[in-house]
Amino acid sequence: MSITETPRPRVLPVIAWKKELERYALPLAWIALFAVFGMLLPDTFLTWRTLSSMLGSQAVLVVLALAILVPLTSGDFDLSAASILVFGAMFLAVSNVGWGWPIGLSVVAALLIGALAGAVNAFFVLYFRIHSLIVTLGLGTFLNGMTLWLSDSRTIAGVSMQLVELVVIQRLFGIPLAFFYGLALAAVMWWAMEYTIAGRKLLFVGRGREVARLNGVSVDRVRATSFVLSGAMAALAGVLYAGMTGSADPTSGLSLLLPAFAAAFLGATAIYPGRFNPMGTLVGVYFLITGITGLTMLGADAFVQSLFYGGALIVAVSLSQLVRKRQPQNFG
Amino acid sequence: MAGQATDRQADDPGGVLRLTDIRMRFGPVEVLKGVSLNLRRAEILGLLGQNGSGKSTLIKVLAGFNSPSEGSGVTLWGDTLPLPLDAARIRRMGVAFVHQHLALVPSLSVADNMLIGDDRRRGPAGIRWRRERAEMRALFDEFGLAIDPSALVSELSSVERAFVAILRAVAQLRRSEAGAAGEGILVLDEPTPFLSAEDVDKLFTLLRQIRAKGASVIIVTHDIDEVLAITDRVAILRDGELDALMVTAETTRQAILDRIVGRSITPFRRAPAQPRPEIAARIEGLSGGQLQHFDTTIRRSEVVGVTGLIGSGFAEIPYLLFGAMQGAGQVTLDHALDVAAITPRAAMAAGMGLIPGDRTHQSCVGGLTVEENATFLQLPRYRAPAGLRRQGLVDAARGMIRDYDVRPDRPEVAMSTLSGGNQQKVVIGKWLAQDPRLLLLDEPTQGVDYGARQQIFAALDRAVAAGTAILCASTDAEQLAQICDRVLVLRRGTVGAVLQGDQLTRDAIARACFHDPAPQNATNLSEATA
Repeated sequence: MSITETPRPRVLPVIAWKKELERYALPLAWIALFAVFGMLLPDTFLTWRTLSSMLGSQAVLVVLALAILVPLTSGDFDLSAASILVFGAMFLAVSNVGWGWPIGLSVVAALLIGALAGAVNAFFVLYFRIHSLIVTLGLGTFLNGMTLWLSDSRTIAGVSMQLVELVVIQRLFGIPLAFFYGLALAAVMWWAMEYTIAGRKLLFVGRGREVARLNGVSVDRVRATSFVLSGAMAALAGVLYAGMTGSADPTSGLSLLLPAFAAAFLGATAIYPGRFNPMGTLVGVYFLITGITGLTMLGADAFVQSLFYGGALIVAVSLSQLVRKRQPQNFG
Repeated sequence: MAGQATDRQADDPGGVLRLTDIRMRFGPVEVLKGVSLNLRRAEILGLLGQNGSGKSTLIKVLAGFNSPSEGSGVTLWGDTLPLPLDAARIRRMGVAFVHQHLALVPSLSVADNMLIGDDRRRGPAGIRWRRERAEMRALFDEFGLAIDPSALVSELSSVERAFVAILRAVAQLRRSEAGAAGEGILVLDEPTPFLSAEDVDKLFTLLRQIRAKGASVIIVTHDIDEVLAITDRVAILRDGELDALMVTAETTRQAILDRIVGRSITPFRRAPAQPRPEIAARIEGLSGGQLQHFDTTIRRSEVVGVTGLIGSGFAEIPYLLFGAMQGAGQVTLDHALDVAAITPRAAMAAGMGLIPGDRTHQSCVGGLTVEENATFLQLPRYRAPAGLRRQGLVDAARGMIRDYDVRPDRPEVAMSTLSGGNQQKVVIGKWLAQDPRLLLLDEPTQGVDYGARQQIFAALDRAVAAGTAILCASTDAEQLAQICDRVLVLRRGTVGAVLQGDQLTRDAIARACFHDPAPQNATNLSEATA
């Protein structure tokens, strides 16, 4: 079959232009935000030091947001991701520091535990047909308790420096390696979602379960896999989290859950608007963190974080809806 | 009836509703190009046209969803209304809508659904359910229906659901200003695709009763026979213009058809093909739903139709064979498959394909692009070491769009922006590209306009010529007569008649369905109409 270019109606350029604007609005907003803070704080904000610390420190959030993106695409919520992150970090710290396991073994064990937690989510969601919000909320709370039990509610410090080396101390172009892990994961996910059959299946399962089933997709297997992947990736975020500081504390990581969802939804307004997508999520995370870093440097209080996460999410999604002429959203 | 015109009516010879020069554009495209139309008191007006001719847009203008261009005018009972119409206001004035998908919430009771949109003030005790239900029962009784207001909508049959939606609209009319004077306008947007022929008759009896009480009805439909049976006048839209306004009694089926299409079209005729001797599939003891122990053998290149009244079990057959619903029995293509254990995946591996009747929920995903929907089954063919060859997929979708004349011809637009007929062409193209040995169809041309229908039949015929066997479940006798080699008519779960050769006519099929009518269950209109 030869490809003959069909004559296009002349209205197309306008629509195409608008579509492109919508796709790149968030990256452009990010650059604008960067420019504004750069002008206001040329000496402190516009330094490689600030930039590299910003890029490095948010790798945990990037990985966590990518983790919840998988079940979001297949139509499920994973509210247990941050709890898996914290439990994974804590298990790594306790097994490495307290039980003297080699760091490699601790990392592998943490990842397996994350995958297992995902499998537990999948079992209850798929076997008992309970909504994923309920199951993952329950498992997350349960894991929070396990974390406190395991750690005796204390921060465990002294995780092997090997891990810390590999996460923040080693740098490439002056940026901690953690950033590149997040970047690599986003790239792999982008490829998997755009260029593999599994990615298409994930999308169909999320958008139309019955359609997917009647087209020969094993819907339950796809959903189970996405929970397991989400659990394992959340645990990977936990490993990075422990590697950032060489320690694990039983609660602070839990506050990452809502920013991760904010970044995922924000990301769904960019690059491939209307779809959860890894590159958009990456931009979403760094857009949020640029704003927060800049405002903090301008002397804003700590509460500005929440103001900016929440405010930016609503404003950005609303603007993207204006571009789409307020059509109802259908994410997936 | 016409002699009982009220004073208001006498002041306005144009009728109860007058649309003047309605224009409507979506972006650069003018969808309605100055439609003028009036509706008389106590008449049933049919609104016809191909998909994309502007019928739905016109209805949406009337419902207040669409905002027409400057210069358009809507006059209701002599009042010229500001545009866009205020949905709540025109409902209060006495215009009620029944939209295509009925807008019922299946998990709620009939009473809950009847009260949606009823915002009359209640007493201090809130809604008095006992009294509301008694009123509903009275309304149902009036039209000879025995529907329990406490029943869940999901427990009702399709026709009962349609009746609930229509009577909800009738109840709304009666609460309105016009309704107080016995008038009102009921707008039905394709209410019949989900109904069997028998149920359509009941629906029409109901509409005649409504008309007899002085209300007017606008009915949007694809089915020309329905139009001939029920309407007083027919308005035909083509390309956004009112092409013709005809008195039903003075026109013919062919005249309407030619007007709709804008040219004389010849219905698709298949060449009398000879099914090959090889057997494509043997079905033994298939049971499930209403169906009991169904047996048949389908040869290669054979098209077998299954039909009957709603509830006779024919509609389950494609879904049971494909593993889309629970059942028992055995189907043999290359080797025997146990229907109780079959999954869609296994059915596909055995060479079956299923094109379900419910496009929005079962056969395509509206939010994804045409390309993604069209190529979903072919993905393995475009696998390369670096991942899917995206350009290959786009080309495949373009090829399908060209082969099946899908409009608009752009693979990157969302599936939901296509009309029903075009969506169905994509779905059929997707499955035929798999070259199935046995293709299972459920109402393949439901909600599809006449022209697209002929294209779909031609595409199916090409597949049949190449050896595909087809099993088609449908209540559309005309369609079955047109495409089938053999039609099995089911009655109460078993095969009651087999028609083939010269017996395959629209009338013969329809008659065979009614030969042994199932006992009337909840609904009984015929008694009440006497």
